Formats: sequence, C-alpha cells, structure tokens
Amino acid sequence: MKSPIIDQVGVEERVARFNTRSIKKESKVQGLKIAINMIDLTTLEGKDTVGKVRQLCYKAQHLHVDIPGIPTAAAVCVYPTFVKLAKQELGNSGVKVASVATAFPSGQSTLAVKIADTKFAVDSGADEVDMVISRGEFLSGNYNFVFDEIAEIKSACGNARLKVILETGELATLDNVRRASEIAMRAGADFIKTSTGKIQPAATQPVTLVMLEAIRDYYYETGIKIGMKPAGGISTAKVALQYLVMVRETLGNDWLNNQYFRFGASSLANDILMQLAKEASGVYQGGDYFSKD
Amino acid sequence: MSRIEILKTYKLYIGGQFPRTESGRYYPLLDKKKNVIADVCLGSRKDFRNAVVSARGAFNSWGGRTAYNRSQILYRIAEMLEKRKSEFIEEIILQGGNKADAKKEVELSIDRLVYYAGWCDKFQQIFSSVNPVASSHFNFSVPEPTGVVAIVAPQDSSLIGLVSLIAPIIAGGNVCIALASEKMPLCSITFGEVLATSDVPAGVVNIITGKTSELISHMSSHKDVNALVYGGKDQKEIKLVKENATLNVKRVFVYQNNWNKTESQNPYFIFDTQEIKTTWHPIENIGVGGAKY
Repeated sequence: MKSPIIDQVGVEERVARFNTRSIKKESKVQGLKIAINMIDLTTLEGKDTVGKVRQLCYKAQHLHVDIPGIPTAAAVCVYPTFVKLAKQELGNSGVKVASVATAFPSGQSTLAVKIADTKFAVDSGADEVDMVISRGEFLSGNYNFVFDEIAEIKSACGNARLKVILETGELATLDNVRRASEIAMRAGADFIKTSTGKIQPAATQPVTLVMLEAIRDYYYETGIKIGMKPAGGISTAKVALQYLVMVRETLGNDWLNNQYFRFGASSLANDILMQLAKEASGVYQGGDYFSKD
Repeated sequence: MSRIEILKTYKLYIGGQFPRTESGRYYPLLDKKKNVIADVCLGSRKDFRNAVVSARGAFNSWGGRTAYNRSQILYRIAEMLEKRKSEFIEEIILQGGNKADAKKEVELSIDRLVYYAGWCDKFQQIFSSVNPVASSHFNFSVPEPTGVVAIVAPQDSSLIGLVSLIAPIIAGGNVCIALASEKMPLCSITFGEVLATSDVPAGVVNIITGKTSELISHMSSHKDVNALVYGGKDQKEIKLVKENATLNVKRVFVYQNNWNKTESQNPYFIFDTQEIKTTWHPIENIGVGGAKY
C-alpha cells in the first residue's frame, strides 16, 4: 500500500490560513452549538469512581440548564468497567457510551486480551469502542500486524462503531500519521482518532489536517465516509471553531455533525458554555458559574 | 556622526509578556507643548479579558505561596525599582512633573513596596482571631485572598497611585489587572518591566493602558473578577461600577487618598481584598482545665 509523502511546511501554512477566518456573533453561536454537540465528555483516570462517571453522564445530558437550546454532548467516554453504569445513567437520552479498550492507553498486551477487553466493553453496552494501535509494531514497520489487529478488533466490535487511536504524539512524522490513517481506514475503522490524551503532544491542527485529508482521499477512492476525532489538548471555544473551519473546508458539510466528527475533551465543554453565556448576556463569564469537572 | 535615538514602544503587560493591544489601536501622549512623547496602546475589552484569564491562571500558585516568599518578591520589586529610579524620574518629568517631586514620588513608591513587603507575613496575625464558642470546638478565623482584583489606577499620578493600589493587593496573595492612568501611562508599563524582572510570576500583575470610560463597564461586569478597586473620582463611574458589581457580588472599594502621604499606607488596604474563613475544629470537651488543644 502506498501512502503519500506529506509536505509539512505546506500543512502548517494551510492551518495558519484556517486560523485567520473570523467567526462572530450569530455564526459563532451556531458554530459553538455544533461543536458542543460533538464533544465526547471523557474521564479516563485511574482515580475514576462511580460518582465521577455518574456526574459526567448527568453533565452530558444537561450541559447548562441556564441557557435554553443547548444540545447534549455526543458521548461519554469511559473505561470498560464503567460502561454498564454509563449506559444505565444515559438511558435513552441519545448520548452514546464510548469505551476505550485494547489495553488502553499503551496497547501493550496480547491480541487475546485486547479482544476480550473489547468484547467486555461491547457486551456491557458500549455504542462505540476507542482502540489504540500498536505503535511499537507500526514504528518497526510491521504494518500488516497493525492492520490485522485493527481488523480483528473490528470484528469483535459487532455493531459498535470503532474509533482507532493512532497516538500521533508517538508517531514522530506526518508521513507516519498519514500511513497509519490509511492502514486504520482500510482495516475497518469507523473513526480515526489522534490521541489517547496521555501523551504530549496530543491533538494538533497539522496532524488533524493530515488525517482529514486522508479521510477525503479515501472517500474519493471508495465512497466511504470515515469519521474524525481529535482528542486531548483542545480546551478553548476559539480553537474548537478553528477545527470546524478545517473540517468544513477539507471535507464539507457532511462531516459537520457528531456522526462524523468528535472532540475528545472535557474542559472544552465549559469554555464553550462560557462563550455561549457571554453571547447571551453580553457579560464575560467566570468558572464559578459552571459545573466543576 | 549623529545617530537616531531608539525610542521605546510602550506596550501592555499581560501574563508576563508585553503584547501590543489586540485591537491594534493607540493614542498619542502629548507633552505641555503638544509634542508627541509616545504612542500608547489603547487597550480593549479583549485585552482585559485575556488579562483576566492570565490572572486566574496565576492565582492558585501565587495565593498558595508562603507569605514569607511573597514578602521576598515584593522586596525584590523595590530593589529593581531602586536601580531604575532615574528612568522613572525622567518619565514623570516628561509627563509634566517637576524634578524634585518626581524624585520624591519614585522614592516613596519604592518605600511603599518595602512597607507592604514587611506586612506580607504579618497582616494575618492582626486580622485573625480565635473565637469563643459554646461547643467543644476550636473556632478560628483567618483572612484568605479573594482572587482576581481589577484596579482602576488614580488619574493624577503615573507611578505612586498605581504602586499604592497594586502592592497591598498582591501582598495579600491576590492577582490583579490594573488599568493605568490615561493621562500619565508611561510609568505603568515601565513598572511592568520591573515586575517582569522581579520574580513576580507571570499573570500575577497585569497592566493595561487605555480609556477608563471604555473599559470600566467590562471591568466591573466581568464575572471572573472578584473585587474592583477604583482609584478615580468620577461619580458616574463609581455608580456604574457598584451596579455592575452586583452581577457576581464583586467587592468594590473606592479609594480617594492622597497617595503622596505616608498615612495612605496601612494594612487595612491589604485587608480590604481578603475573605474571612472561619473553621470549626472539633476538640475534647472544654473542662475546668481549659481546652486541650
């Protein structure tokens, strides 16, 4: 399989141009409402508790009751052990349950364990599975290994949608990001996702652009729409809007909904809510008036 | 050969850096003979908003430092100011002051910083109390910094007014955003340079130049600002500030002291921007022998 060489300078210049778009007033409010509806509210800590997950599920359904017309978050993203609880808490609210699996975040385990991990999440009711690729194998050039592993996990997912985390912070070059994207899409990913959030740098705009372009080229080739999820490090409304501009101008309106685009973030939601409240009231907001995560 | 003198660009001081105003605007500062002394940034509400974000980010670390450490840093500001005395005297003269008064003002500013440096680890002892209660508790009250404080510096001085307002606020562990005198802004930004080289962490003090009439409503309505100290005399502005402050029950203090007098420095200025925390600590029953703590 051939994967194109990426022009890094060109990518950075293109990104810089997206960031000059000025989005104000009503269009800003609209953009922010779209963005907040794309958020996967995430808690992936060793210290997660039943209470924390329950609180997050409540928040996903009721982001800010003071402002009418705020949509829900897209999904709640948790470890497999909390899937059952999250599913129960979210009921038929329309908010999906996403679960990380496959020995997240390192992915350092056997295929059997990874499949069992995935099946456990799906059997517990996960609507979406976020897997990690084996970066070590990828960087050693064992692309077939990576491909086969994704394909195996995909079949273990059943009806659940599969998001494949490339962990771009460990892939070193944009060429690798593009190659990993190609492998993931061809192996059966429904979404490709930048990062676990445990490695720095997490999502960056250049990496996201390279992945969006891979999705575009794959769509031209096969007619199949793959989703995109930048995760980690996106914490302000302004940056979220810049990502939406990038999606709109690379893939078009079809991708501007939470079926095909997600933000993996938790602090982003509050910043967007603060911006929406500012637009509604005309007054700059403070963190004291929004839920603590 | 004669050379062209290199003039300093007066910019803002936000988050430890010296950015130009995001609005790109400026106003010319004129001397008595209507010559332009400098072009000064005409700060905007967004500059203020950015400064609040920087300040909020710096608050936990600054408020959590030991009082002793804050004291050392305030003393360090005084040291730095002493070394650059001549520059400040020159600026005050440029803005219409006479030489003798200018020297007195700068020296008083230095002394005031030393004064508040001394109070950093002492005011708590003056304003704390052990309270008698009718239960088996050890009950005590201590002052704690209120948070982000907006300052409108007095119009009639370039340095002493600004220093007299900033020093007690940061001595008490608060962080601040000061709007400099519109008529005499030069020393404020040079003072920012002093702060930047005095181990004052980025964001603890932010200084903006611009029009009070334009910024006052945003400064007083911002919900992430916990207190506002107003050093001006405009009755309409005072009324507006007090009304807007009710939005998030901001504390408002209007100071109209003559800052050139040593009577205008006392620990009550520190106390103004403190909150009192009272703690009930369970102890054994209070018997004849007194409390066992």
